[in-house]
Amino acid sequence: MPIPYKKPPVPSDDRRWKIVETRMRRLGDRPQALIEALHAAQEAFGFLEIDALDYIGDTLGVPHSRVYGVATFYSFFSLKPQGEHTCVVCTGTACYINGAKEILGGLDRRLGVKPRETTPDGKVSILTARCLGACSLAPAVIVDGDVRGKVSADELVAQLEAM
Amino acid sequence: MSEMPAAARPNGRRQPKVTPPEGPPRASAYVCEAASCMSMQAHDVTVRLGGLVGEAGFTDVAVKRVGCLGLCAAGALVEIPETGQLFERVRPDDVGGIVNALRKVKPNATRAPQGPFFEKQVRVATENFGRIDPESLDDYLERGGYQSLQRALSGMTSAEVRDEITRSGLRGRGGAGYPTGLKWTTVAKAQGSPKYVICNADEGDPGAFMDRSVLESDPYRVLEGMAIAAFAVHASEGYVYCRAEYPLAVARLRSAIRNAQRAGYLGAGIADTSFNFDIQVRLGAGAFVCGEETALIASVEGRRGTPRPRPPYPAVSGLWGQPTLINNVETFANVPAILRKGPEWYAEIGHGKSRGTKVFALAGRIVNTGLVEVPMGMTLREIVFDIGGGIIDDRPFKAVQTGGPSGGCIPAQFLDMPVDYESLIEVGSFIGSGGLIVMDDTSCMVDVAKYFQDFCRDESCGKCTPCRVGTTQMYMLLDLITRGVATLDDLATLERLAGIVQKTALCGLGQGAPNPIFSTLRYFRDEYMAHIVDRVCPAGVCTIEPVEVMV
Repeated sequence: MPIPYKKPPVPSDDRRWKIVETRMRRLGDRPQALIEALHAAQEAFGFLEIDALDYIGDTLGVPHSRVYGVATFYSFFSLKPQGEHTCVVCTGTACYINGAKEILGGLDRRLGVKPRETTPDGKVSILTARCLGACSLAPAVIVDGDVRGKVSADELVAQLEAM
Repeated sequence: MSEMPAAARPNGRRQPKVTPPEGPPRASAYVCEAASCMSMQAHDVTVRLGGLVGEAGFTDVAVKRVGCLGLCAAGALVEIPETGQLFERVRPDDVGGIVNALRKVKPNATRAPQGPFFEKQVRVATENFGRIDPESLDDYLERGGYQSLQRALSGMTSAEVRDEITRSGLRGRGGAGYPTGLKWTTVAKAQGSPKYVICNADEGDPGAFMDRSVLESDPYRVLEGMAIAAFAVHASEGYVYCRAEYPLAVARLRSAIRNAQRAGYLGAGIADTSFNFDIQVRLGAGAFVCGEETALIASVEGRRGTPRPRPPYPAVSGLWGQPTLINNVETFANVPAILRKGPEWYAEIGHGKSRGTKVFALAGRIVNTGLVEVPMGMTLREIVFDIGGGIIDDRPFKAVQTGGPSGGCIPAQFLDMPVDYESLIEVGSFIGSGGLIVMDDTSCMVDVAKYFQDFCRDESCGKCTPCRVGTTQMYMLLDLITRGVATLDDLATLERLAGIVQKTALCGLGQGAPNPIFSTLRYFRDEYMAHIVDRVCPAGVCTIEPVEVMV
């Protein structure tokens, strides 16, 4: 006999859970909505907490192990909170041959952060992206959501230090 | 998430309030609002221009946002279509010149933009680029949109549609070049119901942005192509699997789907027939391997994007085990034109077994970075030097890299070779999705091979050993070479290992991973030797480690 299905309660009264819940319900609360649900949670909270993973898994009927497996497989999902500011360095081919390597090297030397790390004071997180499609602006970076084209390492470090 | 460029963040931004002129405008300003120009404040240009046009009291001038104008290197771009004038590097506080030019336009003027960049192109998949407001269904209909779907639904059988696609000679534009008509026929004949149509918009190749531009500039076209395909293979549900890194493309696609549903071009009973078809968008999440069709299907099903062995091919057993048609964005974008103008017209364009046109993204050390569409079989020289405007600072051309991480580098000796599926494979590369990255003498080819190996190592899904372990080992060997501490034995090991990975990996990612190594070894072995034997990097890119010399 099938076990009657019961939706789990939302983890807290944070209203952002509503967004996640709605997105899952629109897709019928079925296992195939997993990636869409993770997108919704990350958009709402900035990163994926373990609470969020458990809640999504319970709602969609997906084992926690599989939710974790999917969340860690895709590089777009982050299980750690980000710094106050983010700087995404594009490492696509066009940016690479136009100096992305020098930018990453400069950030490492001057700020002591490597890709996917946050400065010790929690100010700036450095991320990399595989081609933003902004190849005409190579080398391109995104600082707090603003695309900056044709940047040099020195300029960028100065900007980030001033933040 | 933070990786979304704000300039490409479509929500919250409104269209400028400009009263549209009554009747056809005497002059118009088309502002390119595709992602590249958007990051150069193109939207602010539209708003400012709209404001100034209003202030100047023009009643016969239209300011309109359009899709990609092609010359991405010179953004933000504004075109006055009546005179063919193209304004480059426009900034929001510097649009006075455009207003003056608009003032001078004579009534009923028509002239296309001049220069080889525009004149040498043949536009099929990109025919509406820079002509229509990407989100406006009316604009699309005005340019002949949905005529092909109407024609298919009202007077043709699905077999006739498939036959026209077969006769056009269209081949998959995602890279492999599989004949589209044949694929459609296989899905149509496969047993099982329901069937699915998936549009692969997971354009992961670094340096490629054709699919992004098509979705940003003419989304209805892809939806129409998918609907025609669905009719031809008897499918009723479709998915577009798009990269999450393309927020603007996703937003325009979603808006186009909503509008098409409202207007009855998607949903139940399309165009008053009994044909039903609806489309949903699924977002990728930054996994390159999901461009592989079986991995893509796994991802649409909400699982980790790992490929599985083929056969069975998705055409027989795909999404949820049902027959599934998967085509690339550009392939679908060609379909409406073929049905509207006829397969013979399409088959006349092109070269050898490669018919039609191909959209290329020009990037790297080239003057006119941007998006171009050319007939198959145009020579590399014409693409790079005539359309592309040559190399930045007139430096010597060294190679062009095509096909992304599974492709190869084509050296200068093949500049006069026609670009089509077969010719590129012959020289050890691959047309791929269409990214052309031009390199000059400041690029070290060993370093380029290492870059791609690093990419594959990072993106390997880890399911099969040859790819998971092989790409890492090949990367480490290349690292030794670029540091100047490798021996000739290491090079021999690298070559042997590359051969093994190519033969034994499970999917295209692993099988293609050694290609950059093979092609650079084939044409630039001297650079490898210089690193190993002479311990110098001829391009001055690699940092050679000092070693103690025994005296």
